[in-house]
Amino acid sequence: MNARVSPGFDLAPAATARPLVRIVIVGHVDHGKSTLIGRLLAETGSLPDGKLEQLKAVSARRGMPFELSFLLDALQTERDQGITIDTSQVRFRTPSRDFVLIDAPGHAEFLRNMITGASQADAALLLVDAAEGVREQTRRHGYLLHLLGVRQVVVVINKMDRVSYDDGRFRALDAEISAHLEGFGVKPAAVIPISARHGDGVVARTAAIAWYTGPTVIEALDRFQPAEPASALPLRLPVQAVYKFDDRRIIAGRIESGSLAVGDEIVVAPSGKRARVRSTEAWPVTEAASPAAAASAGRSVGITIDRDLFIARGDVIAPAGTAVPAARKVTARIFWLDDEPLAAGTTLTVRIGPAEARGTVTAVVNSVDPGEVTPTQGNAIGQNHVGEVEITLAAPLAVDLYAANPRTGRIVLEHGGRIAGGGLVLALPVQAKRPQAAALVARAAALEKMLAGFDAAARLAAFRSEVEGRLAFTTSFGLEDQAILHMICAAGLDIDLVTLDTGRLFPETYMVWEETEARYGRCIRAIYPRHDALEALVEAQGINGFYASRETRAACCDVRKVEPLGRALAGAAGWITGLRADQSAHRGQAALVTAETERGLLKLAPLHDWTREAVLRFANAHAVPRNALHAKGFASIGCAPCTRAIRPGEPERAGRWWWEEASRQECGLHVQAGATR
Amino acid sequence: MDRLDELEAQSIFIFREAFARMKKLALLWSLGKDSNVMIWLARKAFFGHLPFPVMHVDTGKKFAEMYVFRDRYAREWGLDLIVEPCPPLDAVDPTLPPAARSAARKTEGLKLALAKHGFDALIAGIRRDEEATRAKERVFSPRGLEGNWDVRDQPLEFWDHFNARLPAGAHLRVHPILHWTETDIWTYTRREGIPIIPLYLAKDGKRYRSLGDADITFPVPSQAKTIDEIIAELDVTKTPERSGRAMDHEAEDAFERLRASGYL
Repeated sequence: MNARVSPGFDLAPAATARPLVRIVIVGHVDHGKSTLIGRLLAETGSLPDGKLEQLKAVSARRGMPFELSFLLDALQTERDQGITIDTSQVRFRTPSRDFVLIDAPGHAEFLRNMITGASQADAALLLVDAAEGVREQTRRHGYLLHLLGVRQVVVVINKMDRVSYDDGRFRALDAEISAHLEGFGVKPAAVIPISARHGDGVVARTAAIAWYTGPTVIEALDRFQPAEPASALPLRLPVQAVYKFDDRRIIAGRIESGSLAVGDEIVVAPSGKRARVRSTEAWPVTEAASPAAAASAGRSVGITIDRDLFIARGDVIAPAGTAVPAARKVTARIFWLDDEPLAAGTTLTVRIGPAEARGTVTAVVNSVDPGEVTPTQGNAIGQNHVGEVEITLAAPLAVDLYAANPRTGRIVLEHGGRIAGGGLVLALPVQAKRPQAAALVARAAALEKMLAGFDAAARLAAFRSEVEGRLAFTTSFGLEDQAILHMICAAGLDIDLVTLDTGRLFPETYMVWEETEARYGRCIRAIYPRHDALEALVEAQGINGFYASRETRAACCDVRKVEPLGRALAGAAGWITGLRADQSAHRGQAALVTAETERGLLKLAPLHDWTREAVLRFANAHAVPRNALHAKGFASIGCAPCTRAIRPGEPERAGRWWWEEASRQECGLHVQAGATR
Repeated sequence: MDRLDELEAQSIFIFREAFARMKKLALLWSLGKDSNVMIWLARKAFFGHLPFPVMHVDTGKKFAEMYVFRDRYAREWGLDLIVEPCPPLDAVDPTLPPAARSAARKTEGLKLALAKHGFDALIAGIRRDEEATRAKERVFSPRGLEGNWDVRDQPLEFWDHFNARLPAGAHLRVHPILHWTETDIWTYTRREGIPIIPLYLAKDGKRYRSLGDADITFPVPSQAKTIDEIIAELDVTKTPERSGRAMDHEAEDAFERLRASGYL
């Protein structure tokens, strides 16, 4: 709608210099939102010429009395039904501000549209029918304003004409709705009695409500503030993409909070890699306008950095020294709109800015129908309900607490391919787990002592019975892994069999994989690289770019192996691997049982003290399916481009990334933080 | 940051989301002021590059000045331009009023172009303040297999999180300037020095506020001979932007019907 000028007011001249405030009007269906908007538009002179007359003519032709709400209900379908079904945006002005007025439907089945509208608002009017009182959607919308982060709220008690402008009725409703809102920390800036149909209290203060001394709706609107970019908070630049259209490698994203300048030292979450900002990039570049050397919150920017780090969509750039928490678990207060209730075990895609990860609901802390007078507890969050949940993520995501950063401390939940809910991050339980690291180390030492004297099969069985929770065995189908898999299957142990299919495995590996599943009658679950990360990697470094440098090789391992391993181990209490101490100098330090404190699990290497010959003897004795590569001289099995056969006498891992120096022949799966690979 | 900076940052964010999440994009270039601003914003988003084609679905009935503009700037801006024709009037729903039926040729042309090129997303320069039905749009707006728009079943969209997963065969309309107003478009065009078609400027007391097919688009009375004067005029006018577009006014629901079947 094209709405301009308020002849009744003395307008400030330059339109762009005036603050623009986005307002949403919410409340129960039929409590008079469209009428209030029609009243505001008509009384501020904000209607296009002829609009009023046109709609009056349409109403007359249809034999319906004209209502102000028809101004908003511009769609045929809405006029037929007499309800507003979607948010629409209307503009008008008050003496000091420009407004975008977002209408939002009150009907329960259109909550999707209410949320879409309200999420764009800086401030809200919550409308209550004086005769009907506080209803289900009134309470629900109030709660959602809180969850959507709308902090400026004015309550409007409409249809005062229907209750004879009774101030007692007004005071009772004021008390009821204020108590509800304050229950979750929202304090209304004003509670205003009006009649939108007759005009009392909207622009004019009329005799009918002479007992009321607070602001009119227009006056209350005039006190709302536009949302300010979060410039004062620490820098958060979530990466939308890394572009290489020309010789620049530009990291692009929108600064959600803080600011950055050329020369700043930054850290990339969740990897923790550091670099300095080398340049800011922009187009067009002219002599008059070169890119500013600094930028702050709200800007969509591009930067280059002084190091060739592998950075991908979803990473978050923060100031060095104030690292963003990399969470594997979040507790959030959320709203849920899917028709399938959200319960423990529900799997979702969790989105935090451009980052996303698969997540599993591991606990529903509480569940509330915000439309009810008395909230009820439950173990699942039903459609249109809210609640607190704990979600375990398959990969670590950089996230803030909502209390620390309202822009980056919120999550969006996708279910079945559609956005189905969202909310505020209350806690990151992973941090609470940190003190457990010491306990994990002690536990590993105790298990080491206990298992050292056992044979490998007994170690596996004891590990299974000693460690509570999910155990995962990751196999790459080498000889050690095949031996362990045989032991697990022979004993029927409840241990997940998992492999990381990097997409670059040898054909022989796929053959033995198939043969192994057939032989033992168990499925080996494959974990694949994230397609978007892989596409970005290949775009950045080419299909065989890993040969170029140690960094490109590590970046390739990160995408194809390390990140997928994170998902393979998500939620696991124990991890079983085929490591042997004599495989390489690096691995010589490995123990039988290791505390992987960052992953929060125990790692068992049941063949830790075996020799290559012992493994061969075991494999022969039990006719374990064998990777055909071994017969061709391969000792250690990895990705095809990065693994070669070894010569007699060479160390076993000499065939892995053979062009790099020997101390670094690790992909990163078995390396804890701080070590090189 | 002023209002134009905020609008620009938001649009750039949307362009980058679309490019990151969709496989095969095209930007619909109607040659008008809005889509010219869009091309400018896209070049900002991608640092001077435009990493997808620009498509003009041509009814063959545009003003001569529009074709001159298209050919000149496609070359100057180095655009990967695709021009696709529209089918004859006979191929279009005969129950629509005459001007709307004529405009609907573009919808049919669009469907054919989509099928031909296999785009999974089209970037379109519609704005919420142009017209009431456009006010109801999402930034990422899914379209059915027939290109149709279901106003009653629109996805949840908040905090700049958009739905980009589509059923096979469906496509997405992406609206990077949905939140701009007509005045925003002109103040930004002035600030950035973006070229315009001279038909927007008043000649003999009339100018075009919105450009479409030459036979169903009419000028409005105006004395605005410069962009400054257009901005001043918009500040006081109460005439809707699309008042010169015949198809909007033939029947109260004509434009809504056009949009439901896939019109922009």
